[in-house]
Amino acid sequence: MTREEIIEKGQVVYKKPALLNDTPMHYCPGCSHGVVHKLVAEVIEEMGMTDKTVAISPVGCAVFAYKYIDVDWQEAAHGRAPALASAVKRLWPDRLVFTYQGDGDLACIGTAETIHALNRAENITIIFINNAIYGMTGGQMAPTTLLGMKTATCPYGREVSLHGYPLKMTEIAATLDGTCYVTRQSVHSVAAINRAKKAIRKAFEYSMQGKGSNLVEIVSTCNSGWKMSPEKANKWMEENMFEFYHLGDLKDTGAVK
Amino acid sequence: MAKMKGATVVDTERCKGCNLCVVACPLDVLALTGKEVNRKGYNFAHEVLADTCTGCASCATVCPDGCITVYRLKTE
Ligand SMILES: Cc1ncc(C[n+]2csc(CCOP(=O)(O)OP(=O)(O)O)c2C)c(N)n1
Ligand code: SF4
Ligand code: SF4
Ligand code: SF4
Ligand SMILES: [Mg+2]
Repeated sequence: MTREEIIEKGQVVYKKPALLNDTPMHYCPGCSHGVVHKLVAEVIEEMGMTDKTVAISPVGCAVFAYKYIDVDWQEAAHGRAPALASAVKRLWPDRLVFTYQGDGDLACIGTAETIHALNRAENITIIFINNAIYGMTGGQMAPTTLLGMKTATCPYGREVSLHGYPLKMTEIAATLDGTCYVTRQSVHSVAAINRAKKAIRKAFEYSMQGKGSNLVEIVSTCNSGWKMSPEKANKWMEENMFEFYHLGDLKDTGAVK
Repeated sequence: MAKMKGATVVDTERCKGCNLCVVACPLDVLALTGKEVNRKGYNFAHEVLADTCTGCASCATVCPDGCITVYRLKTE
């Protein structure tokens, strides 16, 4: 059996989702953003929502997300994606509306917009890429940076006495009455990627069923900002990030509501 | 006994040589090129043990850039 025969007679078991177009993505090699883009594209396709989705891109490395996933997009001012998503969803309730935001965008400059949109029970989903750093601007400390973690602006490691504690936005979101589904996932392995995809699907479904706001945090790597190879960054994330950012569902009221 | 045979096709121009597919493959089917680079200047993933591939799609699932298509065929 030659390779050519397998390709000719075999079944395609994996290919790039059609919604993810051929434009090369600007992300660094091995960046988690790419994996999450694929999942989002697959879920929209599988839900048959290609022509009925409005996504909101952030300021941060994912600012150009609209170039890669072929749905309608709005590009929000830094941190304001949840506010823009609220407006779009209220004007166009039959649309699947979600934001795609980094931790600097969501957990720093956009903290207020995020918490209030979630607590208003806007029927949207927030996809939250938490790589514990400002990737786009060169690897500065974020509110989510772990204690002891070195960044360009805390070169000796984050210290409580100087920088305070890392912020767990997802735990906060779970306490809000407006949220329906709040979960923390990652995309460092095949199993984790499959779980993250299911979580995104569930969040999108709940938002379309009008069950309230949904937050899917993806604990991610920024290998450039962390100054590690992509492989090492995944290992470092497993060993350090998951201890503080526990994976799994924090809240799911969708099934009963 | 039925056996799964797999084959991968890497979009070598899209590949950024991140090596995540190489690490994800349980059967060491893939490797990065040693010297050869694509137009972007990256070493790219290619099959070095093609016969061994089962088409499990682990490599393609973890590829952040969606560079890998996986085919699978059941053989007797
Ligand atoms: C109003 C405003 N303040 C600051 C910036 C600079 N800035 C651009 S991206 C960014 C943070 C990006 O970090 P994050 O949201 O974590 O995204 P990542 O790049 O890590 O995915 C900042 C502070 C800006 N563009 N606009
Ligand atoms: S700087 Fe970090 S988050 Fe941005 S593309 Fe590179 S690896 Fe990804
Ligand atoms: S399909 Fe599975 S066995 Fe084949 S190269 Fe990819 S990871 Fe390896
Ligand atoms: S995971 Fe994708 S981008 Fe990275 S080396 Fe493999 S094929 Fe290339
Ligand atoms: Mg970030």
